[in-house]
Amino acid sequence: MVDHPHKLWRFHGGLHLEAHKDISTGEPVHIMRVPRHVVLPLRQHIGEAAEPQVSIGERVDKGQVIARGSGYISSPVHASTSGTVVAIEDRLAPHPSGLSVPSIVIETDGRDHWADCSRTAMPDYAGVEPAVIRSRVREAGIVGLGGAAFPTAVKLNPRPGQQIDTVILNGAECEPYITCDDMLMREQPAEILEGLRIIRHALQARRCLIGIEDNKPEAYQALCKALGDEEADGIRIVQVPTIYPAGGEKQLIKVLTGQEVPSQGLPSDIGIVCQNVGTAASIYRAVVHGQPMVSRVVTVTGNGVRRPRNLEVLLGTPIRELIADCGGYSQDPQRLIMGGPMMGFALHTDEVPAVKGTNCILVADSDEVSEPRPAMPCIRCGACTEACPANLLPQQLYWHARSKDFDKAQDYSLFDCIECGCCAYVCPSNLPLVQYYRFAKTEIWKQERDRQKADLARQRYELRLERKEREEREKAERHARKKSAVKQAPDSDKKQQIEAARERARQRKAARAPESEGGEEDDPEHKAGTG
Amino acid sequence: MRFKTVTSPHSIPSHDVAGIMRQVLYALVPGTLAAIWYFGWGILINLIIAVAVAVAAEAAMLAVRGRPVRMYVSDLSAVVTAWLLVLCLPPLVPWWLTLVGVAFAIVVAKHLYGGLGYNPFNPAMVGYVVLLVSFPTYMTQWRPPEMLADTELGLWQSLQIVLTGELPGTMGWDAITMATPLDRVKTGLGMNQTLSEIRASPLFGDFGGRGWEWLGNWFFLGGLWLIYQRVIAWQIPVAVLGSLIATATVFFLANPDSYPSPAFHVFSGGAILGAFFVATDPISASTTPMGRLIYGAGIGVITYVIRAWGGYPDGVAFAVLLMNMAAPLIDQYTQPRVFGQGHRRS
Repeated sequence: MVDHPHKLWRFHGGLHLEAHKDISTGEPVHIMRVPRHVVLPLRQHIGEAAEPQVSIGERVDKGQVIARGSGYISSPVHASTSGTVVAIEDRLAPHPSGLSVPSIVIETDGRDHWADCSRTAMPDYAGVEPAVIRSRVREAGIVGLGGAAFPTAVKLNPRPGQQIDTVILNGAECEPYITCDDMLMREQPAEILEGLRIIRHALQARRCLIGIEDNKPEAYQALCKALGDEEADGIRIVQVPTIYPAGGEKQLIKVLTGQEVPSQGLPSDIGIVCQNVGTAASIYRAVVHGQPMVSRVVTVTGNGVRRPRNLEVLLGTPIRELIADCGGYSQDPQRLIMGGPMMGFALHTDEVPAVKGTNCILVADSDEVSEPRPAMPCIRCGACTEACPANLLPQQLYWHARSKDFDKAQDYSLFDCIECGCCAYVCPSNLPLVQYYRFAKTEIWKQERDRQKADLARQRYELRLERKEREEREKAERHARKKSAVKQAPDSDKKQQIEAARERARQRKAARAPESEGGEEDDPEHKAGTG
Repeated sequence: MRFKTVTSPHSIPSHDVAGIMRQVLYALVPGTLAAIWYFGWGILINLIIAVAVAVAAEAAMLAVRGRPVRMYVSDLSAVVTAWLLVLCLPPLVPWWLTLVGVAFAIVVAKHLYGGLGYNPFNPAMVGYVVLLVSFPTYMTQWRPPEMLADTELGLWQSLQIVLTGELPGTMGWDAITMATPLDRVKTGLGMNQTLSEIRASPLFGDFGGRGWEWLGNWFFLGGLWLIYQRVIAWQIPVAVLGSLIATATVFFLANPDSYPSPAFHVFSGGAILGAFFVATDPISASTTPMGRLIYGAGIGVITYVIRAWGGYPDGVAFAVLLMNMAAPLIDQYTQPRVFGQGHRRS
């Protein structure tokens, strides 16, 4: 036993929400059958879309690269099962926009045959250079599994001069209903811990903390058991109070270390890297077994589904099949939400695939969600201010966003808003506050882009003007040079010629009549002037 | 299968405006019952008139402004305004006085400024001050508390006085009204009496006026319940009463013969009602945590200044209105430090 408890800090605001977690933790994680088709969007991550590496009709094995990452912040896509590529086209993706994105469709053969991963396996990772581990993680297509889907390799690569002191594994899973991390910690604690050790090695970090909300005692105990104690091997497992959003990266860092990620900054700025527990398990599989990311645990829950539970899902499996695997819809499915009830986004159809960032499919009935109530005027009650975990003044942000006074909104630190939804949840006037902030942020980004475009256009115009001026000037200079060349350089010759001509003229004049005087004298001058 | 999409959060919101207003009304009930007990049926009659006028004026203004009438009337904010105004009125004011005050509060102070959420001044206090400066005589005709009243006024008699303005039988106004403790102190000090002489009057109880101090206790309880329910922030009432006590203590210690005790200040007039129910009106108050402390402290100090040296016996209403004016400025300069930022420039 550890006799000194880990000191915890607290962040401002937050909410005590009903957890609704036990409805999906009754059964162990169920490994879903291979679907007939998988649809793999080329962009399942933050950053540039991947580029297809296969053609229609090509046979692929499970784990084979089918699209390559393009650019630093990008991630490859792998075939999640074996089969034949039948289409490379735009398909509906699970995205708030509801738009279609380029995707690769594989007709599965049901054999789920793995490509050979032995070449990429590094069971003795401790002797491997961090850079090699990073590129393995990159090639394995691993992105943050907490929902944001940021390419993990980028987070494992601190900027030059940055020393990472602490690795934090995020097992808080603060949002109601979601239990995929909980179940993973219960069932695969050893893989998570090994993944954490790989991360620590890749970052050359000193200490590791695992933060778990105290409403998940089974997960906590499973990890402690796998570690041997709650503190061993430089790793410490810490239970944190259950307050939404304690699982927010910045909030968890604050709770565990007392440090605040600087506004507009990254955790690495204060020597911390935070990864989700699911990501750690994927890193373990990628590094030790050489297996890329082809599946993940998804919570299928809510009153709108008959048999809520967690599924191990091949990426690209349609949501429809996940629901079917959980007994189908119950009588009153009102809303289909990817993610949790606070930050998730509503899908308009179940014909979209589960992707790397799909942590939860919440099918809510009318007891769990309501039609948006009519918004009343803000009564300035300040409930939002009390709830805000970023310590913002949501109500002031609302006024400024509403009046499109975006400069003012930025003065009130709009971009420190993490869109956790606490303010909108407590707002007695039912104001869709988060929507206002998203609107303001999007508008500001748009203005920024427009400004950059305008700047570019102006620059181009100015460059053109400058070029024209320069050309004019050079032309004028050339003229001037020529003119002066005519005037000066051959000067002596010309003068001699002129003198000679004059001499001749004088002689002629002297010899003949004086009427031709002057005419021949002017000519050479004129020619020089226009030459 | 297809679904409707809406933006997050999806959870059913935890609060609504009508719920908040309802809780404020619940919290007012004990104090109001006490007021009826100590000062007679007139309070109840005024309350009925005021609520009726408020709802009618609210509905009319909403209709004129083209707003959804049912949705806004059912938010109960007009009822709260009317209720608070009645608790400031003497029990036997004529019906039209209540009507004028409430109508002014709802029509002018609330709707002409843009309705719920937009009024810079607390409508109840605007209505009260309009009555106070326009009809000072009526506004000082307080009933003595129940234990000091020589004449019993039944429901019927009270109704008659309120509706006709005429006293039943041979009663005179002097017989049924009496100065409030704050009034008595003000006139007594004006006549160069010492406080100990003034306090010899049966009007005074243990802390403030007899009856009045009990009223204060009940409002205090209601206010504590509102804080517990997180309907109001603790900062404002704590700052109002804290600064009132602090200021009163300084002067009381310097000269206890001319300056009443801090306890007297707290348990007299509108101090407790104002601290918990009026100053905490979120729409017209400051909204930042630090701002609320400043805002509340301002109300406490100004209340004291008006009581001690101003022309009116009580100053809560004026203090609230003055600080309402300052609230936007206070908010501007008391923004909290944002997560991850150094101490904010303002």
